[in-house]
Amino acid sequence: MTILSTERLSISFGGVRAVDAVSLEIDAGKVFSIIGPNGAGKTTLFNIISGIYVPEEGRVRLAGEDVTGLVPERLARCGLSRTFQNLQIFFRMTAIENVMVGRHRHETTGILADLLHLPSVGRQNERTRAAALAALDRVGLAADAERPAGSLAYGALKRLEIARALASEPKALLLDEPAAGCNPVETQELERVIRSIVKDGITVVLVEHDMRLVMNVSDRIHVLANGRTLAEGTAAEVRANPAVIEAYLGVQRSREAARAVG
Amino acid sequence: MNVRVLLNSRLMAIVAVAGIAAVLPAFFPSAYYYRVAALVFVFALAAIGLNLLMGFAGQVSLGHAGFIGIGAYAVAVGPTHFGLPPWLSFVAGAALSAIVAFLVGRPILRLKGHYLAVATLGFGVLLSIVFTNEAKLTGGPDGMSVPHLVLFGWAARGSETWYWISAVSFMIGAALALNLLDSPAGRALRAIHDSEVAARMLGIDVARMKLTVFVISAVYASIAGSYLALFNGLITPEVSGFLRSIELVAMVVLGGMGSIMGSLVGSAILVVLPQALTFLHDYEHMALGLILMGVLIFLRGGVVPSVAAMFARRRP
Repeated sequence: MTILSTERLSISFGGVRAVDAVSLEIDAGKVFSIIGPNGAGKTTLFNIISGIYVPEEGRVRLAGEDVTGLVPERLARCGLSRTFQNLQIFFRMTAIENVMVGRHRHETTGILADLLHLPSVGRQNERTRAAALAALDRVGLAADAERPAGSLAYGALKRLEIARALASEPKALLLDEPAAGCNPVETQELERVIRSIVKDGITVVLVEHDMRLVMNVSDRIHVLANGRTLAEGTAAEVRANPAVIEAYLGVQRSREAARAVG
Repeated sequence: MNVRVLLNSRLMAIVAVAGIAAVLPAFFPSAYYYRVAALVFVFALAAIGLNLLMGFAGQVSLGHAGFIGIGAYAVAVGPTHFGLPPWLSFVAGAALSAIVAFLVGRPILRLKGHYLAVATLGFGVLLSIVFTNEAKLTGGPDGMSVPHLVLFGWAARGSETWYWISAVSFMIGAALALNLLDSPAGRALRAIHDSEVAARMLGIDVARMKLTVFVISAVYASIAGSYLALFNGLITPEVSGFLRSIELVAMVVLGGMGSIMGSLVGSAILVVLPQALTFLHDYEHMALGLILMGVLIFLRGGVVPSVAAMFARRRP
């Protein structure tokens, strides 16, 4: 069953087609990765799907409903969540408070009840805290719950963003380069977390440069180059695709490219 | 949640303030001290509101004295020109402030940073001009007198009475603010401060939250303004002037952005210090300026958060 799909999505910036007629069909409960050289349009595609940019052409569907052009807060309520390539942590709050914000769409008290701290708010806070702690536990951060977010290491902040997104109980979770800047141990931990998320039936859409992680966890891989679809398939299919090899070698001879080909 | 936990977690600071407020008058040599202390509480109330907007939601307002002006003129104009009882004028002023904040906030809260600062500044100046020029209603630059607040036949007058009214009002205002911060809406506000895009991605309607807190902060300012007018018995357009707005911002920043008790400390500094420095005569303002600069250089982040951090460091 398709949970998230795009149909010929396009957007331009200053005359450059950043995303050009990209169509995706993402199956529920799977890991779907989007790879491509730098500047291929991966994050731009994420920004369109998550409502930060409005596409010039094309549609986005979430769980069968047309959600094209909806603002992020509406999409969040439809069950879409994401993390960010450049961290978007609430640095003035503790780790658990960050994740508690993730419960926002499940919280029901009104502003007057909040001001008066009616008993319903107390109960609400307890439920939110318990759910947030569970989400922290899933990414291995339960012990750091009360620490200021700003005092956590980079890899931990990456996982904190995932916990925060998970706390909103999304149907689909977009992860934008979660392994960037992580050491091998942190990346392995990340792989474990992604697997556990998928096991719960949440669809994971992954943009990532760490090819070992991508090849290990992905059910399907979509390759972008210059804003256009280059190929799609399983890890083995993508790895053997001549066009993919050429795109990577032609654009950058980095280690990641070698790994992608190897 | 039992009572002890409740006190520890959230409202302990208010209990402490209540204790201090109850004991403080024993050390007052004259009624003048009641007056100064009452002013501290009244401005602290306005500063709490602005702190919710600035310190928590991260949205600056350089025009908040405009709402002080609405509250102040409501209790003057209501009874004088429309025959409303003072208490009803007080409520009407708060309601009017909320409506004005809602209407003004919708367009200008879309602006960010410096642009929002200048837009709110313009709003404050505009209201101040209205109060000055609508002389038929407001008495113009000379201002107008304000009748006493009468409740059930009892008239609130005198510095001592207003000391108690403003102290209790401050505590209620602080309790509501602390409640808000420990709630879904409060967490959403603090989230907006750090990352609007992340907040939106978690389902927070950022525009609505900003507008809500802007309206709440306007009501705080309006109530403080009404108290100020009722207490002074006289009101002039200066109450809503640009300098007053700046003073409010300075109170929030000095005491500590995001610290409710910091608003009280900031208000205390800016109300008491000019009185305490009068012995310097011509150099009073210079000394005041130097002290403010010194506080911000040496207690970065404001008085209350800096002192709290010092204690936290000493007790690891």
